[in-house]
Amino acid sequence: MASSSTPLETGAQGHAHNPNLQHHFYSMSQQLEASTLGMWVFLVTEIMFFGGMFMAYIVYRITYPEAWVLGSHHLNVGLGALNTGVLICSSLTMALAVRSAQVSSRKGQIVNLILTIVFGATFLVVKFFEYKEKFEHHLVPGPHFDMTLPDAGQQQLFFSLYFMLTGVHAAHMIVGIGLMLVILTMAIRGRFSSEYYTPVEISGLYWHFVDIVWIFLFPLLYLLGAHLAAHGG
Amino acid sequence: MSDVAHTQDSYLGPPYGLGAWLLTKDHKRIAILYLISITIFFAVGAMFAAGIRLELLTPKGDLWTSDTYNKLFTLHGVVMIFFFLVPSIPAVLGNFLLPIMIGAKDLAFPRINLLSWYIYIAGAIITLTAVFTGGLDTGWTFYVPYSTLSSHTAVTTAAVGVFITGFSSILTGLNFIVTVHRMRAPGMTWFRLPLFVWAMYATSLQMILGTPVIAITVLLVAAERFLHLGFFDPSLGGDPVLFQHLFWFYSHPAVYIMVLPGMGVISELVAAVSRKQVFGYSFVAFSSLAIALIGFLVWGHHLFVSSQSIYAGLVFSILTMLVAIPSAVKTFNWTATMYKGAVTWDSSVYWVIGFLGLFTIGGLTGLFLAAMGMDIHLSDSYFVIAHFHYIMVGGSLMAYLGGLHFWWPKMTGRMFNDTLAKASAVLVFIGFNLTFFPQFVLGYMGMPRRYHAYPDEFQVLNVLSTAGAGVLAVGYLLPAFYLTYSLFKGAKAPANPWGAKGLEWTVPSPPPTFNFESDPVVNEPAYNYNPGREVHVG
Amino acid sequence: MSEHEHIVTPTGTYVATFVALLILTALTYLAAIHDFGWMNTPIALAIALLKASFVVIFFMGVRYNTPLTKVVVITGFCWLFILFGLTLNDYLTRPWLGVPGR
Repeated sequence: MASSSTPLETGAQGHAHNPNLQHHFYSMSQQLEASTLGMWVFLVTEIMFFGGMFMAYIVYRITYPEAWVLGSHHLNVGLGALNTGVLICSSLTMALAVRSAQVSSRKGQIVNLILTIVFGATFLVVKFFEYKEKFEHHLVPGPHFDMTLPDAGQQQLFFSLYFMLTGVHAAHMIVGIGLMLVILTMAIRGRFSSEYYTPVEISGLYWHFVDIVWIFLFPLLYLLGAHLAAHGG
Repeated sequence: MSDVAHTQDSYLGPPYGLGAWLLTKDHKRIAILYLISITIFFAVGAMFAAGIRLELLTPKGDLWTSDTYNKLFTLHGVVMIFFFLVPSIPAVLGNFLLPIMIGAKDLAFPRINLLSWYIYIAGAIITLTAVFTGGLDTGWTFYVPYSTLSSHTAVTTAAVGVFITGFSSILTGLNFIVTVHRMRAPGMTWFRLPLFVWAMYATSLQMILGTPVIAITVLLVAAERFLHLGFFDPSLGGDPVLFQHLFWFYSHPAVYIMVLPGMGVISELVAAVSRKQVFGYSFVAFSSLAIALIGFLVWGHHLFVSSQSIYAGLVFSILTMLVAIPSAVKTFNWTATMYKGAVTWDSSVYWVIGFLGLFTIGGLTGLFLAAMGMDIHLSDSYFVIAHFHYIMVGGSLMAYLGGLHFWWPKMTGRMFNDTLAKASAVLVFIGFNLTFFPQFVLGYMGMPRRYHAYPDEFQVLNVLSTAGAGVLAVGYLLPAFYLTYSLFKGAKAPANPWGAKGLEWTVPSPPPTFNFESDPVVNEPAYNYNPGREVHVG
Repeated sequence: MSEHEHIVTPTGTYVATFVALLILTALTYLAAIHDFGWMNTPIALAIALLKASFVVIFFMGVRYNTPLTKVVVITGFCWLFILFGLTLNDYLTRPWLGVPGR
């Protein structure tokens, strides 16, 4: 058997195999299960990846609680909450996109994937304006950081983690949008149906995970000391 | 390579050509790609070691400047750990054998397998770029604040290179986990799996759970250095010990990532050379999982003298002692397997015995270091260097070579010269002990690591160590010659040259592209050498 | 198990989850502007964990996945606690027995 691209016959049922079945799997079901498990194992690595940064956040938060509150007060709660809402909307449309593929609705896939991409892009645009504001207020750590702020050194630690956490998160969003564009192209070409929708499902898992990270980032970064009367501005 | 023995159907046959190999999805071809790559990096790492040992022939730092010496030991560590040891057994032997051992046609994600090799190559190229654009002098451990604020070497480049290479590891581990869970042949229950598969599975768990943390940690170092963000900068209130926690959270499990696969190989070799099932199969299987778990709980023993709290030191010390237990279980069980086994004295046995002796010494000396009081004296001394080389080189590398020899006929379809293989194993054993045993004494006497000059009274032992390194080099060069020679002139290998049990020995040497002519069904336990006369689980 | 047996979640379930998440987000903010003393952080984390659970169980469909997948998900979060727990075991205990050398 020199050729490696000819699919083999499937197992017990002996019915015609799906052209999307890869040769080393014996059924579409096994392929979907393996792919889902694979994506979840990958998401576990992402949990640990972000986890390292959360560890640094925790250590410094318990060491410098006042500086952490001061830093948090510089963040725009409204925009953070808006972005949280935007991502939750995108998770809904993502789930609906997967569902559309499961019920072979090509139109549903296209509409929901486009909406997901739009929400994702909105998130990034808002982030861009937030970053721009930080830059203008000299809150970017490094030589231009506003050293007249109270606990300036420790606030630099806060903002370093802010930029790293949200920056790595934004990078994941960009990858996610790229992924969705690929899935959208395939959906437009009618590649997915109830017979085969694995790529949509596992891309959806990735997208939801990126949403979950933000669900934790929002209160941990934006809402510290929100109950305190004094605000940094 | 038409000289290489294969039937028209073997994975070495058509399609030929560089493109067919560089774009392959066949796990066996990807294993060979890795084999070539890691061999090259072993040579690179060995050259850095040669630079170190030559300097240490004399007490004065007269061969290299101290800056150059710092780069030599740093790059020796970085190359040997990230580009040789971590991938070695999993990416070469694991990739080749895992699907066949469980009765599958390939890994779960063949394209991701190929991607992991390309990621490895990309990370390697970037790290080599660091070598040529300033080098790296921080130690392979990248400790802050030196790496972030003071070093004038290519830290950022190297950090990015290591970051990228980590994903190669992650993807391999991911592939193995899904494959073992979802692609075992009918009848291949967990307790009929070869112990090599258990070891690969446990290793993969560690790769998945640990590697991402070092990935983000080196990224933080690169960000601090390059973007002037502050994470570990003491002048801002940052804590260098936090870096150490994050770094060792991966780097301690990393040493198990490097040794567990070797243990898996030894389990296979021990059963085959003894013609017996492995004594206490389920204990050995569970001990792999225990090492994988407990291995994550001990990293603080690298921080005993870092200003970590004494209480934390106590906790990590006890946990570190605990992690020795599953390794000891394995060692006892392997020995018990060979006891009253029908041992055949071909070269495989030599590698096994070498491993057993050297790994035991390495493991026991780990206990010295686990005791916090002893560690205060021995930390950052040559004792530590000797300890980890006994495990990594005396253990992992010996197991890798043993496995490479054992499965060479299967992978290449050729037999090698067994006498030369025995000579090689003996030379490696002698050379290794000559190189590293003196270092235990040196460390105990107080010689610090990472110094290129030392007091005169340490010279004799250092000279012995360097001489040993020369013998070791010969021992490693020999296989390069006779194994390569076997590709062209070796006798054609039968399917089962050693008379061993295991699905890989039921397919031709070398195997066909899809491994099995028809889907295998398993109905016997692992290592079923003496059916009816031995009690098996599974 | 053929592909046709995979369960399709009703649209209504997704929309209900969506609404619940928005409500919980509002709750996150409301909780944050009140002072519960030392309970501030646990409450914020509990709400975030609840939101994450909703995404995992409903949007990501884990409730219909195999037991193995569920084990993988839980293990991932547990491993974070090993990192957090043993590292904090250092930082929080430094006043107890001191630090070597001091």
